Amino acid sequence: MKITALIPALPLAFMSSMAFSQNIDVQVTNLTHGLHFTPLFISSHTSASNLFEVGQTASAALKPMAEGGSLDALVAASSADNVNSVNPVGALLAPATSSPVVSLDTGANDKLSIVAMVLPTNDGFVGLDSWTIPSEAGSYTVYLNAYDAGTEVNDEVIDTVNGGGDDGIPAAPGGDAGMNATGVTTTESNTMVHIHRGNLGDTDLTGGVSDVDSRIHRWLNPVAKVVVTVK
Amino acid sequence: MKPFNICTLKSGALCLMLASTGLLTACGSDDDAAEMASFEITVTNLSANQPLSPLAALLHDADYKAWSIGGAASDGLEVLAEGGDSSTFISDDAAMLMTSASGSAPVGPGASDTLTVTADLASVMQITLASMLVNTNDAFTGTTGLDVSDLSVGESMNQTLPIYDAGTEANDEMAGTIPGPADGGEGFNAVRDDVDFVARHPGVVTQNDGYSSSVLDESHRFDSPIARLVVTRVK
Repeated sequence: MKITALIPALPLAFMSSMAFSQNIDVQVTNLTHGLHFTPLFISSHTSASNLFEVGQTASAALKPMAEGGSLDALVAASSADNVNSVNPVGALLAPATSSPVVSLDTGANDKLSIVAMVLPTNDGFVGLDSWTIPSEAGSYTVYLNAYDAGTEVNDEVIDTVNGGGDDGIPAAPGGDAGMNATGVTTTESNTMVHIHRGNLGDTDLTGGVSDVDSRIHRWLNPVAKVVVTVK
Repeated sequence: MKPFNICTLKSGALCLMLASTGLLTACGSDDDAAEMASFEITVTNLSANQPLSPLAALLHDADYKAWSIGGAASDGLEVLAEGGDSSTFISDDAAMLMTSASGSAPVGPGASDTLTVTADLASVMQITLASMLVNTNDAFTGTTGLDVSDLSVGESMNQTLPIYDAGTEANDEMAGTIPGPADGGEGFNAVRDDVDFVARHPGVVTQNDGYSSSVLDESHRFDSPIARLVVTRVK
């Protein structure tokens, strides 16, 4: 009896020193007044990879997420050892709403990353990059900023041509944006992933330089709150 | 009956003086000699040109939240966030409220104000603080459910405060809708013509940024955090 009691204690001691195999709950809250998030990608991984990194070029898999909300390329590019939750909301995450609580058995993965596109923007996304999952049980709160993927000009023109796959903002899900904008800019000065400078917008819903409404579609960081519970 | 402000300012000062000499550790004016806890709440306005309405503070237990992201603002919060009037907000008679306090004047940019709340010591004590950014339609700052139970006498905790949008009045920035000195317009209006949920504030646009109908100028812009909060347990 004594021996059988000792055997499980040995790997436990080993594992705790390596901080492996965490069971965590993750919940994401959209803190904004008037922005939607596209389907969330929540990924636990090791330091060998990440979804994005500030000051670096967006990956080919990040770009379609940031410009159009598609997670297909990110899922395809994710290592088989990663433990992910793909689109746990099953829809857009509306302003001031929370995702369901997502339970992940992260296995050997000790980093947590989260991305989703912010609408209406050209290539803005909410992001968490390689947050170290604590080994100590408890509840942890992390606030997330909005990033610019640096892959698309922020012209702020809503453009559903080609299903929104062309340059432009694919949609304003709140139904509160304008049309016929001439475009805010034609250049992207920082083509690396960087902190989004925010929407400019205007208050002309039938013209002007921007299709987004400056009174509704601007934001201040942070744009999301993540509560991670380590069990 | 709530133990509302049992220690007046004068007797509170006396308590402190006596306590410092080691003669007394509890408030002398308290008939049943229950142990009291007293917290000083100081807010410093970090904005460029957004006076904060007179501060409103509540001391309560763990079951009270004055607002939540995604939840509709209470009537008291709406009155506070649209007009800077905290009277309804602090007079909530919910059983979980221990006491409340309110400031006597707005807190200008760069200025500070301190409120003191005192109640019977309890195992869980939390603070809610709220104040309007008066040169906006319905922006407010604050915190709700800040747990101060673990503070020892003399200990402080501090945090910076975000800006929330009460969601009860559209952010149109129009003349006549903003009560602060930028406009001198209307404060509270019972009509709810916005999203009707509390969220983080998107910021103001202002006339200098191309919104010609706005009564605000570039000086009224803000970013997070808007204020610094220090809570010190003094008894």
